[in-house]
Amino acid sequence: MDLGMGRYVLNRLLQAIPTLLLISFLTFIMGFLAPGDPIRMILGERSDPQAVAQVRRELGLDRPWYEQYARFVWNAVKGDFGISLYNRRPVGDILRESFPATATLATLAILLAVTVGIPAGIVSAVWHNRLPDRLSMLGVVLGISVPNFVLATLLILLFSVRLGWLPVAGWGAPEYLLLPVVVLAARPSASIARFTRTSMLEVLQQDYIRTARAKGVPERMVILKHALPNALLPVVTVVGNAFGYLLTGSFIVETVFAVPGVGYKSIEAILRRDYPVIQATTLLFAFLFIVVNLLVDIIYTRLDPRVRFGTNR
Amino acid sequence: MGGVAALRYWRGHPIALLALLYLIAVASAAILAPVIAPYRYDAQDPAAVLQPPSAKHLLGTDELGRDVFSRLVYGARVSLSVVVQVELLEVLIGVTLGLLAGYFRGRWDALIMRFTDMMFAFPDILLAILIVAILGPGLHNVFIALALTGWPSLARVVRSQTLSLREREFVESARAIGLSHTRIILRYILPNLLPTVLVAVTVDAAGVVLAESALSFLGLGAQPPLPSWGRMIDDARQLMRSQPLLLVYPAVVLSLTVMSLNFLGDALRDLWDPRRGRR
Repeated sequence: MDLGMGRYVLNRLLQAIPTLLLISFLTFIMGFLAPGDPIRMILGERSDPQAVAQVRRELGLDRPWYEQYARFVWNAVKGDFGISLYNRRPVGDILRESFPATATLATLAILLAVTVGIPAGIVSAVWHNRLPDRLSMLGVVLGISVPNFVLATLLILLFSVRLGWLPVAGWGAPEYLLLPVVVLAARPSASIARFTRTSMLEVLQQDYIRTARAKGVPERMVILKHALPNALLPVVTVVGNAFGYLLTGSFIVETVFAVPGVGYKSIEAILRRDYPVIQATTLLFAFLFIVVNLLVDIIYTRLDPRVRFGTNR
Repeated sequence: MGGVAALRYWRGHPIALLALLYLIAVASAAILAPVIAPYRYDAQDPAAVLQPPSAKHLLGTDELGRDVFSRLVYGARVSLSVVVQVELLEVLIGVTLGLLAGYFRGRWDALIMRFTDMMFAFPDILLAILIVAILGPGLHNVFIALALTGWPSLARVVRSQTLSLREREFVESARAIGLSHTRIILRYILPNLLPTVLVAVTVDAAGVVLAESALSFLGLGAQPPLPSWGRMIDDARQLMRSQPLLLVYPAVVLSLTVMSLNFLGDALRDLWDPRRGRR
């Protein structure tokens, strides 16, 4: 890693800090303004006023808001998000238990999306404006337009209720993975396919491709060996961003399929007004999203020698 | 672009035309809902629960004996009202900030763009869910959440368009004859931003319809008995085994709406901005 790279990474990390602070402030206000006294929610409505006052002091809730905010940020950095108002468990434990499910779904979905999207994009570009292109672009439109929860419920209706091939919802065995992964992969597959197609079409028009063809290189080799590697370079960014969205945007799919992941926990917490859990899941998602995007940018600058750091804008 | 050319365009793009016609139908249904719907959306008939389609109930009734067709029509009204309110607010914030940033450049530009960058560094739906969590569930709060998360992309597009407009000859000559900034912006910049804004708004509307229905589906948006399509799909899930059609109707109407908005957005871009259009 050279000096320019190090400075670039440091710069990006510094840029991420205000965003994280804004998000942490928003989540903090949410808990601060929340109706109801969190201590009474933990101890029960009919608890001893002296005990309430003592716990309030212990948790620092008698301090001014800016001290509470500073403590909130510091605790969050240490991974301490307090305890759930609903079942009084440490929120950190809830995150640790639910994250693997979310990460599994996101990883499998991005693998599926790449496996489907890139070949579809190549086929589209090679048979530009012909039947295969039309078909794959129809798939792209459907993938982008059919809402996640509609696709999920229709697939459940077909494969679980009508045909009885797959379980309706749940977690813990491989057969539970198929439908949620397919639903999650639909949208990223579409955007990867569209992007691969555009990028491939651009590359195929370039001079070095014409030269390769003129030299008599077989068309298969022209496409796979000469065009594809360059065409895939910008696709890396799309795949990375899609992974960020998958990791942090699985609320609906996890809710529909009753997957005990972070998204499901977060919606559950919102409906129960369980503020510490809402705060923790939001901060986790924000952090993951920023980190993934940062990694994507770093990988991209490593892959593409034309991109120079430090000269942006 | 002249009317004749536009007409020729629509004739050459049957899918875009179909999308436009479908959207006009949905919008008319939304506006004329009390006239078109044979029943009110919350009118229950305990004697006619889960009826199959008939002359009396075009698409049958749901588990509370409410007319499904009427609820779909009123669902269009819910969607349209959210879209219109969100887009108006987004245009107000996004166009104003984008225009100021692009026209005056300098410190404001840097500040506004830094802020939009920050908004972009965060997934929209998560921010919308967080805002709804702070304000509490309900359609009104969904509208606020979606408008607050949606304007940065509009501000960016408007800024870059303004940046190029302000260097054009007609703006330079307006400046040369000593017109005030306000006049230049209102007379020469704003009207030329219209196509860009319309394309951006159409594409964004697809996202708004999607997000509203998704939040309502999760129970964070429209509250019963208000018939959001997302809410109807969630309700119908419980009866999926016996009454699959209750699920299929709102699913199809919603998907077609989002798809049509996407097609229309692409078509408008082709029509007004051929350089950035289809590749």
